[in-house]
Amino acid sequence: MTAAGATRLHPPGSPLVPRPFRVLATRQETADTTTLTIEPTDGIPLAFAAGQFTMLGTFGGAEAPISVTSSPVAGPMEQTIRDMGGVTHDLTTAEPGDMLTVRGPYGTGWNITDGAGGDLVFVAGGIGLAPLRSALLEALANRAAYRRVAVLYGARTPHEQVFRDDLARWAAGDGGIALGVTVDRADRGWTGPVGLVTDLIPGAGFDPDRTLALVCGPEVMMRFVAAALIDAGVPAGRIRISLERNMKCGIGLCGHCQLRELFICTDGPVLPYDKVAGLMTVREL
Amino acid sequence: MKMRSIADYLSGHPFFADLDAASLSELAGCAINEHIRAGDCLFREGHRADHFYVVTRGRIALELFSPATGQHVLDSAGEGEILDWPWLIPPHRWFFDGRAVAPTSVISLDAACLRGKCDADPRLGYELAMRAAQTMSQRLQATRARLLDMYGTP
Repeated sequence: MTAAGATRLHPPGSPLVPRPFRVLATRQETADTTTLTIEPTDGIPLAFAAGQFTMLGTFGGAEAPISVTSSPVAGPMEQTIRDMGGVTHDLTTAEPGDMLTVRGPYGTGWNITDGAGGDLVFVAGGIGLAPLRSALLEALANRAAYRRVAVLYGARTPHEQVFRDDLARWAAGDGGIALGVTVDRADRGWTGPVGLVTDLIPGAGFDPDRTLALVCGPEVMMRFVAAALIDAGVPAGRIRISLERNMKCGIGLCGHCQLRELFICTDGPVLPYDKVAGLMTVREL
Repeated sequence: MKMRSIADYLSGHPFFADLDAASLSELAGCAINEHIRAGDCLFREGHRADHFYVVTRGRIALELFSPATGQHVLDSAGEGEILDWPWLIPPHRWFFDGRAVAPTSVISLDAACLRGKCDADPRLGYELAMRAAQTMSQRLQATRARLLDMYGTP
């Protein structure tokens, strides 16, 4: 079972066999978050859909599910990792030349082409901008296919925003994006909005009847954002969210990421909100 | 070029949406335009809340100073948003500093004049009180969500 219109790209060969990738470059996004640029050592690019994830690991070490953050249609492959300890610490401290293992890509994508001819609204919180960036870059590569493209981003503080170079470019008009950025806390150096990311929705200027909304961030934030989008007139079925669970196998066998009847690694991570809204508030699911 | 009147502006503002023309005209009678330079304070903590502000350009940050930790920006209001509700609710006092973070314009409605109109026309008073309550509710929910520090604990 997959989300309506979702894309799933099956990796060649056994889906459980990792491929060796080399770290080409690293970029420190925040104090605990790093973006790695990686390439396969066999020279065969990894085909993926925006929104999919890989099981990224170190040789002889563990793996973690990490979304692809680069464009699915151009450029080198990038993945953004937050240091949560364990394997993610090893990944965020990788250096150019280091070898990593990649399985996948796995799961469903954002499938932004379902929004062609209408407005796209991206709502991200914290590191949730990483999986959405891939879809946004895909949209910008085919910008004429969409009307208004709005990006609404909330972060804890100005210093904890990821992809600050991108944000600066988009704020300067690159890509014809309506960009809103807010933070939870600020000092006097910040001249932008202070507040919850939902505060940005009324000013985003989209047509709710012709909008595809893509939301990624902490689950509580996604619930608040989905409610605000529905209040603004966007149908729940036109809101897609990306869920995060404890993925292990990536192919729906081990059950670690089960959310009642769903396996987030195969049915998700991108899911239509109307399908999962009722599950997101069930205790102990 | 025809100048846009304050009543015209208020009629297109979400806070005043669907108020009848007579009510808007009454409210506009309490209002003037004000312009604030970046860095200047529109109001200060502890001062009387003599005005209700509708931001038409720029941004006002709500700040609180702590001797131990300095100046904190707790919230902000930009174009199309309002500041705030102390004009309506006793003790009619500001609890934060309101500082312009950019060149900012506001429609400034005199609080005593507004309350007088509300007393004279309870229907209008009820409408404005309900709208202020809705704004308070939205900001309270957003503030509660921010208390979770969601981005700090994925």
